[in-house]
Amino acid sequence: MSAQQTILVAVALPLFGALGIALAARIGANFREAATLLTAAALAYCVWSLAPSLLEGARPAVSVAEVLPGIEIAFAVEPLGMLFAALASLLWIINSLYSVGYMRGNREPHQTRFYVMFAVSLAATIGIAFAANLFTLFLFYEALTFATYPLVAHKGDKSTVASARVYIGVLLTTSIGLFLPAIIWTYAAAGTTDFAAGGILEGKLHGPAVGLLLALFVLGIGKAAVMPVHRWLPAAMVAPTPVSALLHAVAVVKAGVFTVTKVIVYIFGIDYLFASPGTGWLVYAAAFTIIAASVVAFRQQNLKRLLAYSTVAQLSYVVMAAAILKPLAEIGAAIHIVAHAFGKITLFFAAGAIYTAAKKTELHELRGIGRRMPVTMAAFTIGALSMIGVPPTGGFVSKWYILAGAFEADNYVALFTIVASTALNAAYFLPIVYMAWFAPESGKPPPTHGEAPWPSVLALSLTAALTIAFFLFNGPVLELERQVVAAP
Amino acid sequence: MNPLAAQMPALQVIVPMLMAPFVLLLPRGLSWAAAAAASLLAFGIAAQLTATVIDSGPVAYQMGSWPAPYGIELSVDALSALLLLVVTGASSLALVGGRASLAAAVGEDREHYFYAAWLLALAGLAGIAVSADAFNIFVFMEISSLASYVLVAGGPDRRALPAVFKYLIMGTVGATFYLIGIGLIYMMTGTLNLADMELRIAEVADKEPILAAAGFITVGLALKAAIFPLHVWLPNAYTYAPHIATAFLAACATKVSLYVLLRFDFFVFQQNLSGHAFQFAAYLMPLAILGILVGSGVAMFERNVKRLLAFSSVAQIGYIMLGASLVSIGGLTAATLHLFNHALAKGGLFLAIAALAPLAAGLRLKDMGGMARQAPWTFAAFVVAGLSLIGIPGTAGFVSKWYLVSAAMALGAPGIALIGVVVLGSLMAVVYVWRIVESACFGEPPENPARSAAVPRPLGAAIWTAALANVYFGIAPGLPLRLSSSAAATLLGHVPA
Repeated sequence: MSAQQTILVAVALPLFGALGIALAARIGANFREAATLLTAAALAYCVWSLAPSLLEGARPAVSVAEVLPGIEIAFAVEPLGMLFAALASLLWIINSLYSVGYMRGNREPHQTRFYVMFAVSLAATIGIAFAANLFTLFLFYEALTFATYPLVAHKGDKSTVASARVYIGVLLTTSIGLFLPAIIWTYAAAGTTDFAAGGILEGKLHGPAVGLLLALFVLGIGKAAVMPVHRWLPAAMVAPTPVSALLHAVAVVKAGVFTVTKVIVYIFGIDYLFASPGTGWLVYAAAFTIIAASVVAFRQQNLKRLLAYSTVAQLSYVVMAAAILKPLAEIGAAIHIVAHAFGKITLFFAAGAIYTAAKKTELHELRGIGRRMPVTMAAFTIGALSMIGVPPTGGFVSKWYILAGAFEADNYVALFTIVASTALNAAYFLPIVYMAWFAPESGKPPPTHGEAPWPSVLALSLTAALTIAFFLFNGPVLELERQVVAAP
Repeated sequence: MNPLAAQMPALQVIVPMLMAPFVLLLPRGLSWAAAAAASLLAFGIAAQLTATVIDSGPVAYQMGSWPAPYGIELSVDALSALLLLVVTGASSLALVGGRASLAAAVGEDREHYFYAAWLLALAGLAGIAVSADAFNIFVFMEISSLASYVLVAGGPDRRALPAVFKYLIMGTVGATFYLIGIGLIYMMTGTLNLADMELRIAEVADKEPILAAAGFITVGLALKAAIFPLHVWLPNAYTYAPHIATAFLAACATKVSLYVLLRFDFFVFQQNLSGHAFQFAAYLMPLAILGILVGSGVAMFERNVKRLLAFSSVAQIGYIMLGASLVSIGGLTAATLHLFNHALAKGGLFLAIAALAPLAAGLRLKDMGGMARQAPWTFAAFVVAGLSLIGIPGTAGFVSKWYLVSAAMALGAPGIALIGVVVLGSLMAVVYVWRIVESACFGEPPENPARSAAVPRPLGAAIWTAALANVYFGIAPGLPLRLSSSAAATLLGHVPA
């Protein structure tokens, strides 16, 4: 199979997988779950098989159809997209494993719809990762919004549907109202929307227009959850936990920050953006989001909502790193996408495992739970340490690069923000960890539960291991991402 | 060469028109088959004409071989070919899929009258598209209007009667205005042939009657085309007509009047009335903008699904007019393309409504509860067509909006405001489409379970044909784009630089 074919197969595979899952569900639940795992494994194989040639500098690309002159549906693999696709496809396997335990453990209804829409969402995610131009990216971006809607509204009761309305309302309003006009503006100015090394807008736009277009992009890409367009993310927490874990800690939100990074690097070009006036505000906006979301997270009583606001803050790390506009910071942005994904998915898995085993969702209920669920809480601790950025976890690596980039640019706002938010992260994660391990258990009669079903525990152990492994073995990823900024 | 090939423009009208009385004479059981066959044949002729227009440019046809200004001329250019595809395509899809739904709505004993009226409406609408003669356009307009009053009133809903009465009064006023306008022009020039008219008006010394004629014709056609604020007849007529008839009429009836309006304004008046381009744009642009905003706004709060979609039509007509009022290649391409794409989307939506109607008696939003589970495939097609109506990329609706926004962007600063209107209108479309989707997916199913849950196979096929066409022309818009950009060039060719 040539690289071009592999790309097309990778985008189409989850769609056919969705069909297969729907058909297998007629035979039985076990076949349905097997079909999911099989599709996930095949997808990961496809995506990962592209990585070696990419490391050697190949950039496979394939065009599907030309919709309008200069606007085509086309795919091209480059290091950022490769990393994102590899991440999403790897975590889909683990997440499917987790879903089996969670959905069965909680006896959720409509499980077939859940697995089918999950596969469709992954197809859209891969499409975003491999898109060769803004138009293709937008196509899959919208597809991802629609595919995740039934997952968010899974429960189907009144308050869930209301939250799902906020979810789709914010995402569609920003994408149609701001992102799409930004794309059309880009097309009108540059005559193309292709992602190209060094950007396509240099010399095409002048003065405040650059800052304005950047604002349209950043606020229009609502999935990046830069304040004030972050409201959909806490609203999405009504979804079953596997959805929050893979989609709202990895696929959907990372699609957002990935798109922002891609726009900054391949549409504007970092040097052009650095030299243009009126673009510095993005660092401030991201810094504000980081601090404000951390403060809000600090005040949450519900575990999933706390994690959601922590995600909002962590996403803006990526945006801020990209907005520093220095090579080291761009690398930091790329690897923070990975590091945060491993850590946050572990935290969500743990939250879901606690809900499955103990039906507990509030922070104060977690006293002493570490003794009943030691594996889960150990993984939770590792995830929390990664959020704070303590070695030996993945969060440390990315923070290191972002800090290095901030020093390179003499950007003290970014430096201060990282330091302050590290303190805030510690302030809201460590008490949970302390309470879970050392506080006496409360509740009458005393709880008798143990760990969640084994597939869930296995999944969260794997992601916790990945969080630590990323600290130790990040060489290939760094090498790949260096190519993003080293390219002419 | 096929000897019939040269007669295509005439056959386009003759086939459905002659079949109409036959439908009455044939045995009852065959009336549907005959009507559907005639409609499909008309679609085939339209496709053949389109191919000819694309290959070798406009086709002119002299009735009875009498040469042009004296005899009756038919002519088919890119714009009329596009319109013919829409008219015959919508009619064929609706007829092929709609047998069961129509039989239920009209009743077995009256069915054949209804099909005869349908064919007359089809003949009239197709006739308008092929005519190159102002008076023949009037005659065909009357044929199609009278027939479509029958179509609207043909259903079991008695509320259709006041609706159709309003439609009839407004339609007659519109047609009369049009006729007065033609009369004035005929008085000054002595010709009814559009091309001849264009040349002769230039020689008329006193332009006042021509100016009056332009006013009468524009207002009269705007009434028929339901351009805001002359749209009041439309919502009720669409709401209470039999569902299949709504699908047919919503896809093409107003568009045909828009077509005549564009033809008259660009071919006849622009060249001959000083400042007409400005008058055209300055009057129609604000109305188009108001149409988009008010139509979408009302649709956002409407509770009846059919009326919601009808008000959305008012807004969509606004998009078409907005494109035309830019008087530029990009704007006119967007307008004519949207004419095609909106027909695809709205036709698909109303066909899906026809399939869902037996399950959701009343068709209010709350009656739609549980639709997504009872008829998942039909509802999925409804969502696809709805996305096209919003203008999501990958669907046909996106392509025309892309052109509209690009054309507005070419205007510079004032264009930004127009883009704002288009974006706002699209966001409002998100709201009204999503209200239907949400109640269908998560609403409470109605108390009394459905009489029959199965969607008839042909109707399902027709719905999915429309839905897939929305996707196909969103990814490969080559054909309509070619026709519409060629139509835009022709229209603009008549505007003095």
